[in-house]
Amino acid sequence: MMNTYALETEIVTKTYQSESGVINAVDEVSLQVKPGEFVALVGPSGSGKTTMLSILAALLKPTSGKVILDGQDLAAMNEVDRVAMRRNKIGFTFQANNLVPYLSAVENVELMLRLNGRLDKTGKMRSRELLARLGLSERLHNLPGQMSGGQQQRVAIARAMIHNPSLVLADEPTASLDTERAYQVVETFAGLIHEQNRAGIMVTHDLRMCEYVDRVLQMRDGKLVQIYSTKSEIMELVKGKHD
Amino acid sequence: MKQIVEISGFLALKEIWRNRSRFLLVSLVIALITLLVLFIAALGEGLGNGNKEYIAKLDAELIAYQSKSDFLIAASRLSKDRLAAIRRVEGVADVGMLGTANATLILPGDVEPLKVALLGVQPGHTGEPAVVQGQQLGTDLSDEVIIDKNTALRSDLKIGDDLTLRVTQGTQDEFYTLRIVGVSDGQQYSLQPSVFVPFYTWDRIKPKSEAEINSSNPVANVILIKLVDPAAIEEVSASIVSQVNNVETATLKQAINALPGYSAQQSTLNLQGGFTLFIGVLVIGGFFQIQILQKVAQIGVLKAIGTSNPIVAMASILQIVVVTIVGVAIGGFMTFLFSLSFPPTVPIVFNGTTTAIAVIALLLIGPLSGLISTRYAVRIEPLKALGLS
Ligand SMILES: Nc1ncnc2c1ncn2[C@@H]1O[C@H](COP(=O)(O)OP(=O)(O)OP(=O)(O)O)[C@@H](O)[C@H]1O
Ligand SMILES: [Mg+2]
Repeated sequence: MMNTYALETEIVTKTYQSESGVINAVDEVSLQVKPGEFVALVGPSGSGKTTMLSILAALLKPTSGKVILDGQDLAAMNEVDRVAMRRNKIGFTFQANNLVPYLSAVENVELMLRLNGRLDKTGKMRSRELLARLGLSERLHNLPGQMSGGQQQRVAIARAMIHNPSLVLADEPTASLDTERAYQVVETFAGLIHEQNRAGIMVTHDLRMCEYVDRVLQMRDGKLVQIYSTKSEIMELVKGKHD
Repeated sequence: MKQIVEISGFLALKEIWRNRSRFLLVSLVIALITLLVLFIAALGEGLGNGNKEYIAKLDAELIAYQSKSDFLIAASRLSKDRLAAIRRVEGVADVGMLGTANATLILPGDVEPLKVALLGVQPGHTGEPAVVQGQQLGTDLSDEVIIDKNTALRSDLKIGDDLTLRVTQGTQDEFYTLRIVGVSDGQQYSLQPSVFVPFYTWDRIKPKSEAEINSSNPVANVILIKLVDPAAIEEVSASIVSQVNNVETATLKQAINALPGYSAQQSTLNLQGGFTLFIGVLVIGGFFQIQILQKVAQIGVLKAIGTSNPIVAMASILQIVVVTIVGVAIGGFMTFLFSLSFPPTVPIVFNGTTTAIAVIALLLIGPLSGLISTRYAVRIEPLKALGLS
């Protein structure tokens, strides 16, 4: 039943050489994400979350293993094809410096469609609707420098989803936000992923944010060590963090 | 391809527009460099003209010198029999003797006397400049002169006026008064405005040494040669040298390059122009390099979301091209405004070709100096967007 997954990795390993020897930043990770499923990637600092996300985003080639997105192996592609995958099939929000600073909110979102040669009247309308949906209808023509961190994150979410990607990735989307804003942003993000049937993966330090996800993958020393997949397991994890 | 241009154009122009004051500043620096380069070019043209204008405008193809004179007009002596001999060579349409000397033009009132080039030419033959006002010279012996535009501008003399020249002959200063019959266009020679007199009059009034005063054999410096067919210049030149004793020939181009100081002056000015362009390369290159260093994260994001390298490179080049074009346009306009305020005696001449070459060179230095920063932009890793190396 391979094609029920939007994303599937098979024993992915990323090895770095350093002075202290060889480090497996990602160590034999196999995981699957279905369309419409929102997954959190958690773990202590240095556990390999960002490295894993970069591999899934076709930004980094794994040392070994397969990364299959919509039936195509990202690990086996050349750079030109990976660039095409990034703009077609993947949406991405970064922790910082997310937006192009000289483009307004709506221009940042439209850029994704522009890059794919799909910026038409409908595209422009959809961009505005999506931003409105994220509570930014008053901010369409603001430059990133004129918006708060939370507003910028929401614009980045719109940019990551406007081109109907199969896979949406977010690296610490709440890192620069206060708790209330953080809940708001993640909730909207989860809503969009479920509604539009995308596969979503979010890296987070903040276990409270796991309230909105369907599954939590925990990493340690590059390995996938634990998976929380039922609502009660996840809620326990979320609450545990509170004590 | 069309999409690459479209997207990169969009990104480049948006960035310029949203940071317009910063980019305008760079354009203004380019404008100043443009102003400088165009003025140096114009000065080169103007100063060069002062030296070569008369020779460059000659209606002749060849100049005959006394052999071994190193193409130095003042050092060459050719007598009347050479004239007849050269005229007989097949392919020669017309010949004219040219005598060169210096004289001082005495002006009425308290006005400073004007040093002029006193040129002896043969009326009706090659070497006599065409007048733009008045008449050509009458006979070989008449006391008439044609003054060039520069002499007219600086002396305020007009057609019909008498003109007094002071020359030193032997140990005495002699004064000669001649009538102005015509004014030609600019015909400077040897960095001086020119006065043209009939050849035998020239021979009579030119500065002379004690020994020369009593010699009665008029001697020209060089002989100007107009050909029946300008394309046959090589053949005719060879026949002249083989058939006429004791002469060598130069094309106008060779003659100009041999003018005292001309080559040195032009190469100095070319060097200055080149150096200014080089400074331009450094300034523009430096600016865009610094800018790209500040933009690493932002270019990383662009690449991470799927912007291809051709788009990133094209955007970088387009930006430099736009900034350069705006700068050169402003600089050109500033040059034009400045040039209007210069008095005609300042040796600044905007020549179409020279200006065009300078403008093309200026437009090229932008993209050229931006190559390094463009290369850098292309090499930025998209992983930078994640804060990873
Ligand atoms: N380019 C690299 N060269 C060498 N080692 C690297 C490189 N990138 C990451 N590593 C190492 O790989 C391991 C995983 O790093 P990674 O950044 O993926 O962790 P992380 O889970 O994102 O940590 P954090 O929560 O602090 O962001 C770390 O030990 C790190 O030092
Ligand atoms: Mg990280």
